[in-house]
Amino acid sequence: MVKKSTKELERVTIRFAGDSGDGMQLTGNQFTRTTALSMNDLSTLPDFPAEIRAPAGSVYGVSGFQIHFSSDEVHTPGDKADVLIAMNPAALKASLKYIENNAVIILNKDAFTPRNLRLAGYEEDPTQNGLLKGYQVYSIEISRLTQDALTDIELSHKEKERCKNFFALGIVYWLYTRNMDPTIEWIKKKFAKRPIWLDANTKALRAGRNFAEATEQFRTAYKVTKAKIKPGIYRQITGNEALVIGLIAAGEKAGRNIFLGSYPITPASEILQMMAVHKNFGVRTFQAEDEMAAIGSALGASFAGDIGVTATSGPGMALKSEFLGLAVMTELPLVICDIQRAGPSTGMPTKTEQSDLNQVLYGRSGEAPLAVIAAKSPADCFHAVYEAVRIATMFMTPVVVLSDVYLANGAEPWRIPDESKLPPIDIRFAKPEKEFAPYLRDEYTLARKWAIPGTPELQHRIGGLEKESITGDVSYDPDNHDNMVRLRAEKIQRIRDFVEEPEIYGDGSGDVLIVSWGSTHGTVLTVVEQLRAEGKAVSFYHLRWLSPLPKSLKNYIHNFKKVVVPEINLGQLAKIIRSEFLVDAISFNKVMGLPLRVTELKEAINELLN
Amino acid sequence: MSDKAVQEKKAEKIDFGSDQDVRWCPGCGDYAILAQMKRVLPDLGIPREKTVFISGIGCSSRFPYYLNTYGFHTIHGRAPTLATGIKLANPDLSVWLITGDGDGLSIGGNHLMHLFRRNLNINVVLFNNQIYGLTKGQFSPTSPVGKVTKSTPYGSLSNPFNPVTMAISASASFVARTIDRDTKHMAEIFRRAVEHTGCSFVEVYQNCNIFNDGIYKHLTDSETKLDNVLYLEDGQPLIYGKEKDKGLQLNGFNFEKKEIQSENDVSGLHVHDENDPNPGYAFLLSKLSDTKGFPAPVGVFRKVESTPYEIKFHDQIRMVTEQKGKGDLKKLFLTSDTWKVE
Repeated sequence: MVKKSTKELERVTIRFAGDSGDGMQLTGNQFTRTTALSMNDLSTLPDFPAEIRAPAGSVYGVSGFQIHFSSDEVHTPGDKADVLIAMNPAALKASLKYIENNAVIILNKDAFTPRNLRLAGYEEDPTQNGLLKGYQVYSIEISRLTQDALTDIELSHKEKERCKNFFALGIVYWLYTRNMDPTIEWIKKKFAKRPIWLDANTKALRAGRNFAEATEQFRTAYKVTKAKIKPGIYRQITGNEALVIGLIAAGEKAGRNIFLGSYPITPASEILQMMAVHKNFGVRTFQAEDEMAAIGSALGASFAGDIGVTATSGPGMALKSEFLGLAVMTELPLVICDIQRAGPSTGMPTKTEQSDLNQVLYGRSGEAPLAVIAAKSPADCFHAVYEAVRIATMFMTPVVVLSDVYLANGAEPWRIPDESKLPPIDIRFAKPEKEFAPYLRDEYTLARKWAIPGTPELQHRIGGLEKESITGDVSYDPDNHDNMVRLRAEKIQRIRDFVEEPEIYGDGSGDVLIVSWGSTHGTVLTVVEQLRAEGKAVSFYHLRWLSPLPKSLKNYIHNFKKVVVPEINLGQLAKIIRSEFLVDAISFNKVMGLPLRVTELKEAINELLN
Repeated sequence: MSDKAVQEKKAEKIDFGSDQDVRWCPGCGDYAILAQMKRVLPDLGIPREKTVFISGIGCSSRFPYYLNTYGFHTIHGRAPTLATGIKLANPDLSVWLITGDGDGLSIGGNHLMHLFRRNLNINVVLFNNQIYGLTKGQFSPTSPVGKVTKSTPYGSLSNPFNPVTMAISASASFVARTIDRDTKHMAEIFRRAVEHTGCSFVEVYQNCNIFNDGIYKHLTDSETKLDNVLYLEDGQPLIYGKEKDKGLQLNGFNFEKKEIQSENDVSGLHVHDENDPNPGYAFLLSKLSDTKGFPAPVGVFRKVESTPYEIKFHDQIRMVTEQKGKGDLKKLFLTSDTWKVE
């Protein structure tokens, strides 16, 4: 037996990569689950192609999954991986730009055939020609060893080949001294009705671990100890899962049915699929004939007393814009979840971007202000959408929730809230009265009351035509229109009095203030933590509401020598900051379909500090 | 009940009109439709607060403002989407959808088609005047080929839609047609549309006296009307004509005209069957109005029983709730592996 040692590490980033059909997302998710149960803090980033089954062996068909875990806090899925598991030459080729220069690379040696090398566009075998110099390469016959482990199982050669991801997972479990029980339990449940696969996958997993333990190739196993996290009960959650649970919770708290009208679109389809499962919460889901019908049905449901919700991505948002104007005009509650993806047009459906900010703020005819809230992490999607429902019903307004591909598919531990302590969602319904005035407003919120069809005496007509203040009758009166345009804008501003203001991270003055929004939160926080630890005068203000903008930002924004706005677009928030606060805000932007990297942002801030 | 009491009862009849001034052009066919709607609604026994009128954009779509019910004047072509949401959120509401040939068949054609196929219990009334009125006179999807309008100064090139054919093809479970000037017939058709459980579609031939005056003149003038209109009656042979002297018989996929001189001549005529499960006959019948030399049928083309979507929708929710038990938020939060940090 080879003598082996165990070494403790503070943080590790692992990337799994293989063909779309190799089960890399499953492998990554299993490792994530086990890591979470081992009480590390973590963040993940699945990175897969839009093609369902791209030709095997091609670079564009590579599916990747990155996980960053630590005994300390984790805010991002990691810039570059310390460890790469590459199931074929294409996976190696596609992943080299995402890994550290001295990364550990575990390869499936059997997949490095002349045919696969050619498919990946390698003229020579990269494991032989020095291309991988500097990396710590472990070339392992993963396919053959998997076949060997499954000799007594009656599956075809091809079928056994499909178990190789579990063999690879077994190796990684040994390397990071992980308990395999959660995955074995999972396999038992998943393949309960197909015992032969249950047996095969379990054997492959164990064989991988046993191999890693026995082989002379690996001499050290690593251990990442438990993270110090806030006490509570945790679970792992993706952004889309959090959004779904948040909507259901909001419906329960409001005592109204959630009506989700939606049309399939990547990366929002999952929301419709998951909501459809939870009909026993009174959730109503309707797969409409198109994006317009999706939001139209949601708005109709809101008129009739449900909480209308629709979920989509950028292209769908564009199709819905006329309805958003109608929702603004008719002052009905509506929640629109925009899970942003790289655009314009079809763009890159499975890649992340923050480029719908302008669209959701301005993409409508006329003066059509609405509220916009952005989630900052996968788990935060729960709180963002819950808050959106609260404000939509309180202010009788459409509210857009901005998430993105990274948040939707990424996962992190979620501290499960005490459902009894969620903020109340109190709705003001109109009560039967003889002289009902549909556009009479609340003194503080400026919201009109919700008058639901079926309620006696409250019959009224609403629509897209301009309304006379108070009566709601159609009006072309010039003064009335001017007044109504201002009232609708003012109503949105009043939201600021009823939501939590962001807090500045760091000092109230200094050299650099970073202002950010949405999913860049983790990257910016990591950068600011590091820079402050180095003694730099850098502070951080993260926007939760993009409309209305918070009151307190103006108290700080002029106290810094420089204001930097990092975004995954060409400076959409930066322009707003410049125009709203008259500061020379600097836009830091990268639009690669990927989350911003800590190293790049840090470098940029350091340059500004010098 | 004494005569006096009956009179008082009538006087008490609920007025479905709103306090808004009606703003259609004087002489517009829409007035007649509104008048019949106001006449029919009080007889249905459905209270005003449970009645909702939804419309899109166009002259017809101003309709909801003139009724004291709940109303939603939405956006161009999209009324079916809102109507769907309303009906699904509260199936107890009696939902009417008012649309026109441009709103319903052009910009909103897709939605209307899906409304029919789903079969929500909604009453759709499509005012067909074969022209865009509110935008002041462009050809519509029901305008005939060659139609000269402001946007087709040399004549329209596109083939028209026949709304009834379209509704039958898209599996609407109740399909009917009536004419603005034929008020009693219209009232009867509205009543039957409401009685039907499922999506009811009513096309109303409506005269636009400003931009398309007289297109239905041959169907409404007392001189020519009876020779050009075929009144459909369930279980009765297809007979029309001022003297009831013309009948229709089916020969393969074609209708043929037959002169009726004696009672015996009626025997070979096709007998109208609204409930024919095969939509083929209703489809052929719908094409008559496009066929030169044949009468335009009015009345109920097709009426078949089919469970409305909203019933299935809520039944499924009930079934899932019974199977899984009422949702528990706490359990939902915990539906995944959890771990405790102390």
